[in-house]
Amino acid sequence: MPLTTNTILICAGGACVSAGEESVKDALERKLKEYNLQDIVKIVETGCMGACSLGPIMVIYPEGVYYQKLTPEVAEKIVEEHILKGRIVKSHLYKGEKGEVIPQPQEEVAFFSRQVKIATRNVGVINPLDIDEYIARDGYFALHKALKEMTPEEVIQVIKDSGLRGRGGAGFPTGLKWEFARKSPGDKKYMICNADEGDPGAFMDRSILEGDPHSIIEAMTIAGYAIGAQKGFVYVRAEYPIAIERLTEALKQAREYGFLGENILGTDFSFDIEIRIGAGAFVCGEETALMHSIEGKRGQPRVKPPFPAQKGLWGNPSNINNVETLSCVPPIIFHGPQWFKQWGTEKSPGTKVFALAGKVKNTGLVEVPMGITLRELIYEIGGGSPTGKKIKAVQTGGPSGGVIPAEYFDTPVDFESLTSLGAIIGSGGMIVLDEDDCMVDVAKFFLEFTVDESCGKCTPCREGTKKMYEILDKITNGEGTEEDLETLEQLAYIIKDSSLCGLGQTAPNPVLSTLKYYREEYLAHVREGKCPAKKCKELISYVIDPEKCVGCTACARVCPVSCISGEVRKVHTIDQEACIRCGSCIEVCRFGAISKVTPAVSVEVEE
Amino acid sequence: MGKIKSLEELMKIKEEALKNVKMREAGKRGKIVVAMGTCGIAAGAKDTLKAVVETLDELNIDDIAVVQSGCMGLCEVEPTIEVALEGEEPIIYGRVTPENAKRIIKSHIVDGELVSDLIVKRGEV
Ligand SMILES: Cc1cc2nc3c(=O)[nH]c(=O)nc-3n(C[C@H](O)[C@H](O)[C@H](O)COP(=O)(O)O)c2cc1C
Ligand code: SF4
Ligand code: SF4
Ligand code: SF4
Ligand code: FES
Ligand code: FES
Repeated sequence: MPLTTNTILICAGGACVSAGEESVKDALERKLKEYNLQDIVKIVETGCMGACSLGPIMVIYPEGVYYQKLTPEVAEKIVEEHILKGRIVKSHLYKGEKGEVIPQPQEEVAFFSRQVKIATRNVGVINPLDIDEYIARDGYFALHKALKEMTPEEVIQVIKDSGLRGRGGAGFPTGLKWEFARKSPGDKKYMICNADEGDPGAFMDRSILEGDPHSIIEAMTIAGYAIGAQKGFVYVRAEYPIAIERLTEALKQAREYGFLGENILGTDFSFDIEIRIGAGAFVCGEETALMHSIEGKRGQPRVKPPFPAQKGLWGNPSNINNVETLSCVPPIIFHGPQWFKQWGTEKSPGTKVFALAGKVKNTGLVEVPMGITLRELIYEIGGGSPTGKKIKAVQTGGPSGGVIPAEYFDTPVDFESLTSLGAIIGSGGMIVLDEDDCMVDVAKFFLEFTVDESCGKCTPCREGTKKMYEILDKITNGEGTEEDLETLEQLAYIIKDSSLCGLGQTAPNPVLSTLKYYREEYLAHVREGKCPAKKCKELISYVIDPEKCVGCTACARVCPVSCISGEVRKVHTIDQEACIRCGSCIEVCRFGAISKVTPAVSVEVEE
Repeated sequence: MGKIKSLEELMKIKEEALKNVKMREAGKRGKIVVAMGTCGIAAGAKDTLKAVVETLDELNIDDIAVVQSGCMGLCEVEPTIEVALEGEEPIIYGRVTPENAKRIIKSHIVDGELVSDLIVKRGEV
């Protein structure tokens, strides 16, 4: 057994890798070697630790000290100071919510301590490429229990009793779905894992596959046993190469140990899993489109029923579950349904992983009990606003979701509560918005996404979303009218009612919910040519306050179109016609003389 | 490792792997701090560290964390180690050669008896 005195867990999640994790790791290795410490200090690459905005990050055990924003130079210093001399390198310690230094074990860092990790229990903790480490944390014990001590019906009953609901968007009871597939007549059945994750901003599924691939393999095998399938598919998007690589390796290890293949664990149950790589279209995450894609056909949705449990892959009964849903399965089987129900609410038991983004201090992945309030999520875990500006709302559920204004932040986060506010949990995207975010612009952002991703099969979705986008664009350009708002609403309901699949049915949600809560912002745009958030470029002007301007010339020097004139120590002025509203000048003025105004200063009047 | 068929085989892998994982998790019964300042290393602290880890391993003790620290300020008696068990006063031992490290672990950690001839300080540094 190797003698290790320190273990360095370095995050090799997507964000940290692109922030330079590899060069940091190289530097660590180099330096450790220099001091001949390579045998007693172990470096483990883990999946996303959840604090992506501060990456690359790492933790040094046994002390449990977190370091953030690493560079190769800092890594070398950490080896010399921390590893060799036991002195913490303060400058790169993980910063907690108050921005203070917290040199404490994992349990005490604020961002981590409010979380309950079930789906992400191993992510960032184990080496995803080592099946033994997964086993060390009770991995594959649930598989053993299911196969050797339980009938398929008993497995289904446990999942039903746990109240687990699908984390892929719709929140359908997982146990019930398994039961449909089990009872559906047919000798050949399939178990599918949906790892398409097309929602912009969501990356929990990727992070689980990258950081804990065995949990998905174990869960799929248990599900396969429960429904009576012989074969499983994981459908992953091609944009997730690290996930694919680690899952491939994990499948190999699982086969070696006999957790996949013929006669699993010596029983007469046989099951194996294949990876299918998707082209990465959002609509391919829809279950019927996904199955078409696995069959080698065009990834377009079809009418339901028949549901996958009746007629799925190649016409056979199939069950499809999301990655996060599946990763909850082994611990539920292992600890029992009551264990899972200790978290969450009556109707939404357990936990949910959210991807916190936008105007919060701590962005990244967090797993929290269902029923936590939005306020706790945004202020306690997210750490509130990074700039001190007022948080205005949160957008949840991505392109199928909606906004929730700050007045409702005491709402518990569960499937029903968010839906009743016109938003959804969806796949768990949470974008925090502040006073600088324009609600029309937010709606436009998501509509643009759905316009691009509509598969074009049905006219209302294909043409309707485009029309809605055009209207939103018109409004943000200051050319909208009040009739446009009516048309927008009418279109929204038509698209919702007449689209074939979930993409079209939910695409209008961002518009409807912003119209519901922020109609006055829309009206300000169309009636007064004002953008209250001062975001829409056509509706604002940059102006210089002659009282405050000292004539330092800083603004004139940065203006990319040289539209600021004035002499040294004299008041400067902006040529509104030439100004492209890039905002560079406002940032460099140290005297607070430049501000944004809305509506835009009218140029014509002056002529 | 061939195919796994029984719970016992699964348990075995778990225990084996746990030893590795546990080493890096906090929340242990206590810790041994090895002073690895410049002079500590010069006095042979690296060998001491190695002996500490090896002895713990040999005796299957996995609830004691091994931590390296900087200078304890006791250069003349280096290498030094601090043994801090939960709920007990930390003890600093000096002149801890690999042999002495073994003795300390067996006596202090396993049997609960201090090794009086090596103690250089009781309580917090
Ligand atoms: C347009 C569209 C995109 C979807 N994308 C995904 C996706 O990326 N991942 C996912 O798990 N479910 C996605 N779904 C939901 C799936 O159709 C399906 O409900 C889900 O995979 C079922 O798993 P669950 O019950 O575990 O949630 C999408 C649905 C629609 C309508
Ligand atoms: S609703 Fe949109 S995405 Fe769905 S099938 Fe119709 S056109 Fe395609
Ligand atoms: S940077 Fe500010 S103070 Fe300086 S010239 Fe421009 S407006 Fe005036
Ligand atoms: S907003 Fe940009 S273009 Fe306009 S004046 Fe300032 S720097 Fe020049
Ligand atoms: S990728 Fe490193 S914390 Fe998310
Ligand atoms: S380095 Fe340890 S006492 Fe000087």
